[in-house]
Amino acid sequence: MRIETHLAQIGTKKEPKTGAINFPVYFATAYEHIGGVSTGFDYTRTANPTRQVLEQSIAALEEGDAGFACSSGMAAIQTVMGLFSQGDHLIVSLDLYGGTYRLFEQVLSRYGLTFSWVDLRDLSQVEQAIQPNTKAIFIETLTNPLIQVINLEEICQLAKRQQLLTIVDNTFMTPYLQQPIKWGADIVLHSATKYLGGHNDVLAGLIVSKGEELSERIGFLHNSIGATLAPLDAWLLMRGMKTLALRMNQHLANARELALFLNQHPLVEKVFYPSFDPEGRQILTKQARGFSGIFSFRLKDENLVRPFLEHLEVISFAESLGGVESLITHPATQTHADMPDELCQKIGICGRLVRISVGIEHIEDLQQDIAQALKKADQIIRRSGLS
Amino acid sequence: MKKETIALHNGNEIDPYTGAASIPIYQASTYHQFSLEHPNQFDYARSGNPTREALENAIAKLEGGCRGFAFASGMAAISTTFLLFSHNDHLIVSKDVYGGTYRLLTQVLTRLGIEVTFVDTTDLQAVEAAIRPNTKGIYIETPSNPLLKVSNLSLLAELAKAYQLLTIVDNTFLTPYYQQPLKLGIDVVVHSATKFIGGHSDVVAGLVVVKEDEIAEKISFLQNSFGAILGVQDSWLILRGLKTLPVRMKNSSKSAKVIADWLEQHPAVQRVYYTGLESHEGHKLQAEQASGHGAVLSFDVGSEEKAKQILNRVRLPLVAVSLGAVESILSYPAMMSHASMPREVRLQYGISDGLLRLSVGLEDVEDLIADLEQALSVKSLLVTSEGRR
Ligand SMILES: Cc1ncc(COP(=O)(O)O)c(C=O)c1O
Ligand SMILES: Cc1ncc(COP(=O)(O)O)c(C=O)c1O
Repeated sequence: MRIETHLAQIGTKKEPKTGAINFPVYFATAYEHIGGVSTGFDYTRTANPTRQVLEQSIAALEEGDAGFACSSGMAAIQTVMGLFSQGDHLIVSLDLYGGTYRLFEQVLSRYGLTFSWVDLRDLSQVEQAIQPNTKAIFIETLTNPLIQVINLEEICQLAKRQQLLTIVDNTFMTPYLQQPIKWGADIVLHSATKYLGGHNDVLAGLIVSKGEELSERIGFLHNSIGATLAPLDAWLLMRGMKTLALRMNQHLANARELALFLNQHPLVEKVFYPSFDPEGRQILTKQARGFSGIFSFRLKDENLVRPFLEHLEVISFAESLGGVESLITHPATQTHADMPDELCQKIGICGRLVRISVGIEHIEDLQQDIAQALKKADQIIRRSGLS
Repeated sequence: MKKETIALHNGNEIDPYTGAASIPIYQASTYHQFSLEHPNQFDYARSGNPTREALENAIAKLEGGCRGFAFASGMAAISTTFLLFSHNDHLIVSKDVYGGTYRLLTQVLTRLGIEVTFVDTTDLQAVEAAIRPNTKGIYIETPSNPLLKVSNLSLLAELAKAYQLLTIVDNTFLTPYYQQPLKLGIDVVVHSATKFIGGHSDVVAGLVVVKEDEIAEKISFLQNSFGAILGVQDSWLILRGLKTLPVRMKNSSKSAKVIADWLEQHPAVQRVYYTGLESHEGHKLQAEQASGHGAVLSFDVGSEEKAKQILNRVRLPLVAVSLGAVESILSYPAMMSHASMPREVRLQYGISDGLLRLSVGLEDVEDLIADLEQALSVKSLLVTSEGRR
């Protein structure tokens, strides 16, 4: 079955009693042991029928063996991190979501876990970072916010040789564009708050695992830690996923046009979009179906940033991405505020960097909005003599 | 103001924009920022959401704390609270804590370098004797599950202060309606709000309330970083449940006492555990530190066989995991809440094979007694599941 079909059919034919095409929301927390035996559902933290449909769907979409739904993307990441024990070491994408950085360095480091931050595009650096106690490689690709591309097949092969787990945060791509398990990944993570939900109205995280033993361990952690997704949110997420393919096609088309437009703009220094990075482009052409709908760009002058953001009329200045509405974020003060300046500099996150999640509005309205806001910003700083 | 009133009027029940008498469900995951320099209070729903905040404020008021936090489940609340500690820290934990807490501690947190000693926290000397140089906290469940042992919260808080330990109380069984641990000197209260606070068997949720700003800051950081937050719709449902918490608790506790008295007289019952009974060793202390005895009781029918017979024959209570709902729930700790505890440990803790736990709901108490009577009094052991609907 093709992925579009899978997506549209989420939850169908699963409710034999009524035939409801749309799977019901089960709010019940407790399940009666009818005739003294469990129906397979006991307590909703452990398993909930609505959540289970979602979990089975994402497992199928990512071609993994088991899926787990969590209360947020961060909760999914923390649940997976429960696999490790004190003394373990992980190799992590240098450029990655600030919240993941915060969790690793400010919470998990207190539990005896250590992390090496490595540019995963360079395999020799990865190899050098491996220590006797290294247990896993944590990969974000595309990376956030610099949209770098990591070669999943190569890095997963390296990990296999060294008996390391590979964990891929697939938030920016979704299984519609990229299926990391096909390239050898063991675990796939999502902030489903983003493209999978797609409407900026649910906070959710998903985990997909490959292999029975690993799936069992994650299932144990999911229930024990208890950061599970609420049934209504599971239902909203499935509702969003039904239109994932359509939305992604539009996000991709709009992002491409907007990236080309900004690449020509005199006030823009650089656009971070896979098409403009020959190496990244080559890898993505092989391992994915498209370039995602998010990219970043660096303005020529830091003074432009504030008036530019404040004068946008269509696009919202808000933290998050992947929704039908276009959003612009300022990584240095929002998503990556908890990353130390030094590391930000090393990666290339500066005050002039802006990340856009391109929505499904009409492309001309988006272009015009950005053009007028940049123009106003330019006038303002010229007038105040800042430039 | 009395708790009955606070449950309804705590400053979070009215939407400030429209005056709506029920706070709206803000489903938005993110918030537009009108200015880079002056960000709004809300930026991203994991960090803060108006509906969730209304619940967080309401529970803080009811517990008499400075700040509340809502989580995806009781376990998520407890997992987040334990993140206050670091590897090589040692904790003292009530011996018969909820099975899920026991599992989290022994199978997840010990791997991350947290050391745990399980102690009978009703015995103050045993607690003091367990304190080590690296002890950082005491985690107490009172009354405990399922034997309803009562720990002395004021004395434990005093002891903890003397050694600079953080005290955490799981207040699920009594709720702030009957017990306010923060007022007795405890630092942090956790709840499985799935139980009495939600009260309708329709939401899984956890809550944390803290006494002081310093810990509030840390929990707030952890709540956002780990991200095990409560969904918005669920926050709203819990707020809705909270409004009837006092009346539900009162009614169910009254019935629980009647049932406990009745069970105590029943020839098929070997022992009844309910703090409202004078025969319970924690009766007096409970009456001092709490304003009621709650709606959960346990009783021992002697054997696994007899317990299963009753589980098969009752018609009114749900036979299920969980407790604290409008519906009565009968559960079998040995195979349900404490299934993850090894049998030897379980027996040693007094959780026998014939122990049943009843969470009393809002049904008529005479109907409940009549149902228990027919389930208990059958002599034959050849009962099959036919007795069940
Ligand atoms: C790549 C990536 N991973 C993880 C997360 C965390 O997910 P959530 O915000 O749903 O907790 C985010 C976004 O916030 C993200 O962009
Ligand atoms: C006393 C107690 N604490 C904590 C929990 C865990 O809460 P939850 O099931 O909401 O995760 C439970 C019940 O399951 C409980 O009974």
